[in-house]
Amino acid sequence: MKLTLSPSPHIHSGNSMTNVMWTVVIAMVPALLVSVYFFGLGALLVTAVAVSASVFFEWAITKYLLEQESTLQDGSAIITGLLLAFNLPSNLPLHIIIIGALVAIGIGKMSFGGLGQNPFNPALVGRVFLLISFPVQMTSWPLPKVLNFGLDATTGATPLGVMGEGLRNGESATDIMNQLPSMLDMATGAIGGSLGEVSAIALIIGGLYMLWKKVITWHIPVSMLVSAFVLSAILYKINPDLYACPGFHMLTGGMLLGAIFMATDMVTSPMTPKGQIFFGVGIGLLTIVIRTWGAYPEGVSFAILLMNGWTPLINRYMKPKRFGK
Amino acid sequence: MSLKTFPKGGVHPEENKLSANAAIEIIEPQEKGLYAIPVSQHIGAPAKVVVKKNDVVKVGTILAQSGGFVSANIHSSVSGKVKKIDVITDSSGYKRNAVIIQADGEDTWEESINRTEELLPNVTVTADEIKKKVSEFGIVGLGGATFPTHVKLAVPDGEKAEYLMLNGVECEPYLTSDHRMMLEKGEEIMIGIKILMKALDVSKAMIGIENNKLDAIANMEKIASNYEGITVHPLKVQYPQGGEKQLISALIGKEVPSGKLPIHVGCVVQNVGTAFAVYEAIQKNKPMLERVVTLTGKSVSKPGNYMVRMGTPIEQLVAKSGGIPEDTGKLISGGPMMGKSIASTEVPVTKGTSGVLIMKQDESRRGDINPCIRCAKCVSVCPAGLEPFLLMTFGEKRLWDRAEQEDTMDCIECGSCSFVCPSDRPLLDYIRLDKSKVIEDRRKNSSK
Repeated sequence: MKLTLSPSPHIHSGNSMTNVMWTVVIAMVPALLVSVYFFGLGALLVTAVAVSASVFFEWAITKYLLEQESTLQDGSAIITGLLLAFNLPSNLPLHIIIIGALVAIGIGKMSFGGLGQNPFNPALVGRVFLLISFPVQMTSWPLPKVLNFGLDATTGATPLGVMGEGLRNGESATDIMNQLPSMLDMATGAIGGSLGEVSAIALIIGGLYMLWKKVITWHIPVSMLVSAFVLSAILYKINPDLYACPGFHMLTGGMLLGAIFMATDMVTSPMTPKGQIFFGVGIGLLTIVIRTWGAYPEGVSFAILLMNGWTPLINRYMKPKRFGK
Repeated sequence: MSLKTFPKGGVHPEENKLSANAAIEIIEPQEKGLYAIPVSQHIGAPAKVVVKKNDVVKVGTILAQSGGFVSANIHSSVSGKVKKIDVITDSSGYKRNAVIIQADGEDTWEESINRTEELLPNVTVTADEIKKKVSEFGIVGLGGATFPTHVKLAVPDGEKAEYLMLNGVECEPYLTSDHRMMLEKGEEIMIGIKILMKALDVSKAMIGIENNKLDAIANMEKIASNYEGITVHPLKVQYPQGGEKQLISALIGKEVPSGKLPIHVGCVVQNVGTAFAVYEAIQKNKPMLERVVTLTGKSVSKPGNYMVRMGTPIEQLVAKSGGIPEDTGKLISGGPMMGKSIASTEVPVTKGTSGVLIMKQDESRRGDINPCIRCAKCVSVCPAGLEPFLLMTFGEKRLWDRAEQEDTMDCIECGSCSFVCPSDRPLLDYIRLDKSKVIEDRRKNSSK
C-alpha cells in the first residue's frame, strides 16, 4: 500500500481552468450563431482564421522562441482568437486577421510571460492595433443580410458611425435616430458592426450563462452598463439634439460585448468586488466620453484597455476587508 | 427564514457524512495490546512523564504531569504495565515522547472514577473547583485544535465572559463524531454546558449546529428547553463555520479583532464533545482517556463512529470498519479540509483525533499546477478576507515581510483557497511557509 503524504486540504472543488475556458466558449456560441445568420459564412471564416492563427502563434512562440512546454491545453488561445474575431468585421481580409492574431498573442500575451501575466486584454490589443493600422478595412462593415452564404456583401457604416458622422455635420441626434435601424433590430443584431457585437440578446444569453456557471460576477458588467447609461442619460437630458439617447448607447457598438466578454476577462480585471465596480464604472464613463467627444465613433475597446492599465493599482488599494480589522 | 452564517467567504464541499446514521460503538482495549500514549496530545508544552518502566497502571492513572499553564495532564487509558517510554510518530507526523503500555486485559479502573451510566444532573461544585478539576483531568478541546480547556476557562483580568458558545457545527465533510454525540449524549452535554457556564459565570450559552444535522438540532432543542439560558441555533451549511471566530460572527455578528482571542468580544467557545468530557470529569471524576472517532471514506465498507481509548492504534478502528480497502491512497487524521495525512495505521488515537478518513488512490493526488489566471476565487472564499494568490506570490519570492504586511498571520489555514483554485495552485502550502518564516523572523528579532 503506497500512501500519499501531503498537506491539507485533501479535496478539491473539481473546478478547473479547462472548465472555465469551455464555459466561456459555450457562452460565445449564441452570438456567433447570430453572426453567421446575418453575415453569412464570412463570419465563420473570420472566426476560424482568428482562432487557428492565435493557436498557431501561441504554439510557435512557446516552442521556438521560449522553448517551453506547450500551453495550448489551457484553452486560453482559443478564447483570445474567438474574442478577437468577435471584434472584427466579417469581411476582413484574411492576412489582416492573421496580423491581428500575431499582435494579440505575441505582444498582448506571450511577451508578458503568457497566461495570467498580461496586463492588457490580448484580443483588444490585437483589435486596436488593427484599427490604427488598417483603418479602412477595419471600419468597412458588411450590412446584415439574412442567411447570405456568399462571401460578397454590401458594406456601410455602423449605427455609431452614422451617429458620429451626422452629429459632426450638425444634424440633430433625434433625426439621425430616425434614419437608423430600429431598437428591435439593434437588440436582435440586424445592424452593421463587428461580427460578435451586433446581437444584444445573444450576448446577454451568453452573459447569463457565465453568471450561472459562476465564471463571471455581476459587478463589472452591471457597473459598466449602469454608469454608461447614467452619463449618457444626463447628456441626453441636457440636449437631446447633440447627444444620442442612452438606449442607443446600450445597444450599439461593443457596449454589451465589452461589458460581458471583454471587461470581465479575469486576468486583466480587478480581484475584489469593490475594485471591479470601480473598474466597471471607469469603463462605462470613458466609453461615453470617447464616443461623444473622441475622434473614433466607438470607445469601448479604448476604455477597457485604459482601465486594464489601472487594474494593478486598483488591486493595490481596493483590498478585501480583512476579518477582524 | 434564512439561516445565520458567517459574513465572509467560505465554501460548500460535498458533505459525504457517510457515517451519520452509525451509532457509536465501543472499542474495548485488547489484551496484550500495546497502547502508545503521547505526552503531547494538546497545544502547548508537553507533559512530564511521572511513571517509569514496569510500573503497573490502572485506567485513569496519571502518566504525565502538565508541563506548564498551557499544557495538560495525560492519563492512562488502559490497565497494564508500562513497557517503555519511547519516541513514536503521531498523527501530526512529528516524533513525540510516548508512554507505551501493554494492556493486561483486566481493564481495572481507578476506584475514584464513577463508571455507571447514571445521569448526574446536579452540579454541586464551585466555579474554582470546576476549573481545578478540568485541569487535573487533562481536559482539552476535542474539536481538533486540542487547546487546554482550563486555559479557556481562566478569563484574563479586565475581561468578562458574556456568552458560552458550543461548537456543534462539524463543518468538515465526512466527520460525524460531534453529530452522534449530540444525538446519543445530549443530556450529558447539556449538564456539561451547565458546568461550563458556572465556571465562567455566564448566563447565556448558545449551541451552533449546521442545518445538515436536523435530528441533532431537534434533540438538542428538546433537551435545552429544560435548561435556563441555553439556546440552540441552526446555521447554514458553510465551511469553515466551525472555526472559532467564524462561529462567533455567525452567532452574534461580532468579529474577533485580528490577533485577539474570543474573550475580547466576551465569548468562550467549546466543542460539544468537550462539554461531554467536562461532564464526565466533574460528575464522574473521569479523566480524558477516551473519545469518539469517525472512521470513514468512500471505499470503506462500514463507515462508523467509535468510542475509543487514547493510544489505540488506528489499525483497530480500520479492522472494525471492514479493513483497509485495496486501492487506498491516503490516510487522513481528521477531516479532508484540515486533517493531516498519516504514514501508517500504527499511529495512535489521541485527544485531537476527530476522525480517520480513508481516501482512494484516485482521490489522493492533487492536480497539476497551472498559472494563476487571477479569477479571484481564492479572494472571494477566504473567510479571513485575505488575498491568497498574493500571499503565495510572496511565498514564492521569499518576501516574508511583505506577506506579514498583507496579514498572512490572520490565515486560519481552512484550505478554502486551495480547494477552489481552478489552476490547482498550492496556495495554502505557501501561506504556511509565509507564516512559519514570519514566526522564525519574529523569534530571531526578539532574541537579539
